[in-house]
Amino acid sequence: MKALKTIYLRELTAYFHSPIAYVLLVGFLALTGYFFYSSLAFYVLASLQMMQNPMMMQMTLQDHLLAPLLMNTTVVLMLITPLLTMRLLADEKRTGTLELLLSYPLGDTSVVLGKFLAAWTFFALMVAASWVHILLLATMAKLAWVPLAVGYLGLLLMGGAFVSLGLWASALTENQIVAAVAGFVALLLAWAMGWSASVAGPSVGPLLNKLSLGTHFENFPKGLIDTADLAYFVLFIGFFLFLSIRTLEAKRWKA
Amino acid sequence: MIEVKELTKRFGATVAVDRLSFKVERGEILGFLGPNGAGKTTTMRVLTGFFPPSSGRATIGSYDVVEQAMAARRLVGYMPENVPLYSDMRIREYLRFVAGVKGLDAAGTKSEVSRVMAAVGLEARSGQLIKQLSKGYRQRVGLAQALLGDPPVLVLDEPTIGLDPGQIVEIRSLIKGFAGSKTVVLSSHILPEVAATCSKVVIINQGRLVAEGPPALLRAGQGGATSLRLNVQGPEKELTQLLSQVPGVESVLCQEPPAPGEDTCYFTLETGGGPAVAARVAQAVVGAGHGLLEMTPVSASLEEVFMKLTTEEKAEEAAA
Repeated sequence: MKALKTIYLRELTAYFHSPIAYVLLVGFLALTGYFFYSSLAFYVLASLQMMQNPMMMQMTLQDHLLAPLLMNTTVVLMLITPLLTMRLLADEKRTGTLELLLSYPLGDTSVVLGKFLAAWTFFALMVAASWVHILLLATMAKLAWVPLAVGYLGLLLMGGAFVSLGLWASALTENQIVAAVAGFVALLLAWAMGWSASVAGPSVGPLLNKLSLGTHFENFPKGLIDTADLAYFVLFIGFFLFLSIRTLEAKRWKA
Repeated sequence: MIEVKELTKRFGATVAVDRLSFKVERGEILGFLGPNGAGKTTTMRVLTGFFPPSSGRATIGSYDVVEQAMAARRLVGYMPENVPLYSDMRIREYLRFVAGVKGLDAAGTKSEVSRVMAAVGLEARSGQLIKQLSKGYRQRVGLAQALLGDPPVLVLDEPTIGLDPGQIVEIRSLIKGFAGSKTVVLSSHILPEVAATCSKVVIINQGRLVAEGPPALLRAGQGGATSLRLNVQGPEKELTQLLSQVPGVESVLCQEPPAPGEDTCYFTLETGGGPAVAARVAQAVVGAGHGLLEMTPVSASLEEVFMKLTTEEKAEEAAA
């Protein structure tokens, strides 16, 4: 447990020792800031028209501004998270520090879990930083806090899934670029798997839909918590952490 | 303290270590010798639990390195070849990290980190980034992390490679200081180093054990006959005649014919025995009225033993 905590703290500080964290953080805030600005401007325009058009009266901040923004944020994070996780195991293997790390009395599980939690924490910090937009909005409008919080809970769970999959990609290779590309491709596939559900036929279709990251995220921005979605994310994270531990082990047996 | 039994490690079709067995007693410093690619690092990686052996077993203390990996690892401080370190950390920060991962008591961490830094002479650099360190200092950090927690067993892969002569002497004397208190396995292909620091030598070649024993015994046993180097006053021919008649002397070679105006000769004698033959040689020279200026026993160097052992193997293989 102490070893896990030590690994966790080292990985978390390592983010701030390298420029990567700052570049990603700034990039993320710039993108989400742009999306926030353009969506808000559009919403303001739409609400002016709404006053004349009774057909549009049911527009709400949560459904027509914050929920779509959350979707945008998720996609941006899907691009960024593999860059966050690519270093975690690949670099330790390339530089040989893994050999030394594993000569200490700690299991592979502590190594993988410590790194996972550190990357997930950094993910959460990035998301928290983007709340500056929401707080700004809150000074001018009344927000529905509960659905908003549920939406961000979903984003955090999604982040756990992104990080676990990225970590596994990092366990597979010694090359950070390969880890990042593989992680990104796998994430995008897992996210978009459900899109082909309607054309895949009656047997495979529902399965694709059930396995897709995107499908299980849909409810959260609406403010809905479905235990099936919760279970999906927990299982997804657990499965890829398990794969990471096993991959690390297997690579050594062959190495 | 360390026991390796019939250890074999295969990588696909290549056999890196082939039925290797040896033992290291508590307090012994074992020199692990072999040419590059002999399987030294592979054996050390099995000992430190990086990967399991293909067959055979290794124990540290009484713990199997695979079955009771955590207990075995707790006893070992390991310094891998090329000393992989986290280059973005500062020395003190890194050593604290290692102390945490090794599970050392949080209260004692500060003093333990200071202790190992003092032991390897790093105090003045404690705040420096590891990526800015020279090879010698990296090596010291590598040794410091191995010493953290005062493990009874040290496994050091090429601990002095890349160091300057002054640093080599320092690190060597540090390692020598562990004799009796810690069990050390160090690999090297620098033979004088092994001769100077180790109480026992294991020579491997192509994954197989070729010799085992104290350095002196290996030299005496494997180098063939011991030879004597003499500097004697007198005419060369007469002396050659005289020396070759001494019982136990197998061959006489006059190395340097006397320079004009000088009457001393250097001889190298191959003898079949130890001090008894040397005493007879001295008596014969002095008894015949010649001046014995110098007599030095010369034993084969570890280099010669090593070359002989590792090339013999190949010759045998070629014949078979």
